[in-house]
Amino acid sequence: MTVDTPAARAPHRRGAATRFALWAKRLGWRHAVMWLVAAFALFPVLFVVSAALNPLGTLSSAQLWPTGASLANAADLFRNTPFATWYGNSLFFAVSNAAITVLLSALAAYAFSRMRFKGRRVGLIGLLVIQMFPQFLAIVAIYLMFTNIGEYYPAIGFDTRWGLLLVYLGGALSINTWLMKGFFDTVPKELDESAQMDGASHAQVFFRIMLPLVTPVLAIVGLLVFISTINEFLMASVFLRDTETKTLGLGLYQLVASQRNANFGMFAVGAIMLSLPTLAVFWFLQRYITEGLTSGAVKG
Amino acid sequence: MASNTDSEGAPSPGAPARPPLPAGRFAGTGSLGGQLLKTALLGLFTALGVWAVLPLYVADNWWGIGLVVAVVGLVYWVYLSGRTVPAKYLLPGVLFLTAFQILPVLYTMSTSVTNLSDGHRGDKEQAIAAIEAFSVTRDPDSPEYTLTVATMGDPETGELAFLLTDAGDEAYVGTAEGLDTLSGAEVDPASGKVTDAFGYTVLTPAEVNARSADLQEFAVPTDSGAGIRSSGLSSAFEGSATRVYDEDCDCVTDTESGAVYHADDERGAFYNEEGERLAQGWQVGVGLDNFARFLLNPTFASSFFGILLWNVAFAASVTFLVFVVGLAVALTLHVPRLRGRALYRILVVLPYAMSSLAMYLLWRDMFNTDFGLFNRMLGLQVDWLGDAWSARAAVILANVWLGYPYMFLVATGALQAIPRELGQAAQIDGAGPWQAFRNVTLPLLMVAMTPILIATFAFNFNNFNAVWLISKGGPFSPDNPTAGATDLLITYTYRLAFNEATAQYGYAAALSVMIFVIVSVISVVSLSRSKALQEVDR
Repeated sequence: MTVDTPAARAPHRRGAATRFALWAKRLGWRHAVMWLVAAFALFPVLFVVSAALNPLGTLSSAQLWPTGASLANAADLFRNTPFATWYGNSLFFAVSNAAITVLLSALAAYAFSRMRFKGRRVGLIGLLVIQMFPQFLAIVAIYLMFTNIGEYYPAIGFDTRWGLLLVYLGGALSINTWLMKGFFDTVPKELDESAQMDGASHAQVFFRIMLPLVTPVLAIVGLLVFISTINEFLMASVFLRDTETKTLGLGLYQLVASQRNANFGMFAVGAIMLSLPTLAVFWFLQRYITEGLTSGAVKG
Repeated sequence: MASNTDSEGAPSPGAPARPPLPAGRFAGTGSLGGQLLKTALLGLFTALGVWAVLPLYVADNWWGIGLVVAVVGLVYWVYLSGRTVPAKYLLPGVLFLTAFQILPVLYTMSTSVTNLSDGHRGDKEQAIAAIEAFSVTRDPDSPEYTLTVATMGDPETGELAFLLTDAGDEAYVGTAEGLDTLSGAEVDPASGKVTDAFGYTVLTPAEVNARSADLQEFAVPTDSGAGIRSSGLSSAFEGSATRVYDEDCDCVTDTESGAVYHADDERGAFYNEEGERLAQGWQVGVGLDNFARFLLNPTFASSFFGILLWNVAFAASVTFLVFVVGLAVALTLHVPRLRGRALYRILVVLPYAMSSLAMYLLWRDMFNTDFGLFNRMLGLQVDWLGDAWSARAAVILANVWLGYPYMFLVATGALQAIPRELGQAAQIDGAGPWQAFRNVTLPLLMVAMTPILIATFAFNFNNFNAVWLISKGGPFSPDNPTAGATDLLITYTYRLAFNEATAQYGYAAALSVMIFVIVSVISVVSLSRSKALQEVDR
């Protein structure tokens, strides 16, 4: 919004200083602010990377800027901890919870968006109401329930993958279903109606016509569930008590809880490994992110 | 998964009017593959049902069997009937929702009016068995066992078990439930100790030491009036109980001291004349006592309201700060022809793409007094997490770092939806850049941002990781070791239930219910102002 008519009239008379002043006023300060924010955003990331590469592997010797590069910490992590098992557990929970949640949520959203039935309104409002009771608030009851369930079915008791996955799936229908329903509503009804006229069943309409059209919202819900599951701590800490059954997040917590200074290098490697799947998912889904987030998803 | 009976069923009530088609709404029978898949899934589900019934049948739990049969029946009805098309899509999610969210919420409410805790776990009979076993003393002719202490599961938290070998090298396992023979155990012939047994973790002496407090209270009940207790780390004896329950007076008599403890069914424990109680009690309903303690008892009320105040302040300040920072960054980048914008975007969003769990732990370690990055870079020796206010600031700072990229993304999206001409028109009318932003852009922005701000507030209100992973709720003042300066209600609840010497499930459940109520009030107020509910009728 700088008025630049004088410049247009006599460009040759403007000195370098004036040009710099104009640039600074219009764009320069923005660069300055962004450098500042980027520094704030980057320094912990830089620190964790440099600590991961730090050959000494202690917290007290880790610098902001890498002082050396060695894979000793990574080797220690693999040798001294069941890292591969932890990582496998984390990915198992994140991937299976995201995949099944997307499927269950999409099924429900299709019914809410395309069908009119008794209890639809109650169901939709009920989904909103249940959001006020986050599942982890009922952790005491879930713990007591699974104390009993584990006696009958050791396969889904504490220290098993399936038990915790079942609990996570209890949160499958959530605000995400609303998000999906809103997106389903934007797909023109004429599309599935014409398919029905051509003889498609409702299942065929759902799997062959709707799902391909709503990929963006499926991707964004999958992303959100993946991230929140891989970072989930509370319920996992109550359920998974055996070292072998822990997720990477719990394992890292245990690692620095016992030996904070000495194990920091290993922790830093683990922290980067834990962030890699999230970074990858972000990278592949980036074109959906802004669109999906602005439709009202929740994080941070 | 359509069934051909769809053609007979009328369209669901309220369906948009359309000319009746020859074959009804959904004409097709579905593909052959779909039918096969449906049959296979139903078969699998039936197998699951059978698997679920077996242990219930063994335990004679007829209520459980009835429940399983009802659920399987419901699934069959929904997927084989033609009139339940919406239910076919809703049932899988709803089953999970009911089992693992709605039921736990109801169970939490019912637990919140009991005294369920470590001293009050089972029913009265179990309490009596534990009291008698615990009071066992050594007789001259007590049988001796060689003891190996083990746990079921984790050495630190698993239930204790005694692996015992008698003089005849017979191996037994004793748990809080009773004594059983142990088959397939490996016994060290020299010491007679069990070295390995399937399903049990043998503890090292150091691990046994760590659990000596639990060990003190552990006894294996055997035949009536007798039990097995440990004496030292590697031997145990069976003796007779000095405390005996008498059904006639509903009391426990201590044969050594002569004291009589009468059952108090309101408080769920045995009390003597002086009001002293036996440690082992049973679970009873206590009405609203748990709630009353948090609201009326001076000590607990002051921690509860203190935590509540900080909890609201924490959620509000994090929400406000991430909004301000995120919006400022979005506005800074919201200009045409800014070189390097793509790079800036990636750098600024990076914290959001990192694992938040690991990053909280990283922030905690950066604030470490002896080794932390901040103290070393600034040359200080400040105990950041040891002082109430600096710990609070640290928790907020870490959350702003993790949270602002999300607000930046959302604000960028919202800014792009606002036509740039509006701001320019305001400036032509004589408004300064600030005025144009304050009076034109911001109000339009807030329409899109308000629901997201409410959601962010609600999320941070219960942001367990944010506090637990950085400060564990601390620092704690010496006169109140249960409520810390950065505690949120949810971390306080967690500590009461899982992180104290004695687990207090009843109180924790009551706290959960109070959080439900607080969040509900906040949500109802904010929802009634947003448009979300209007979408239902669309």
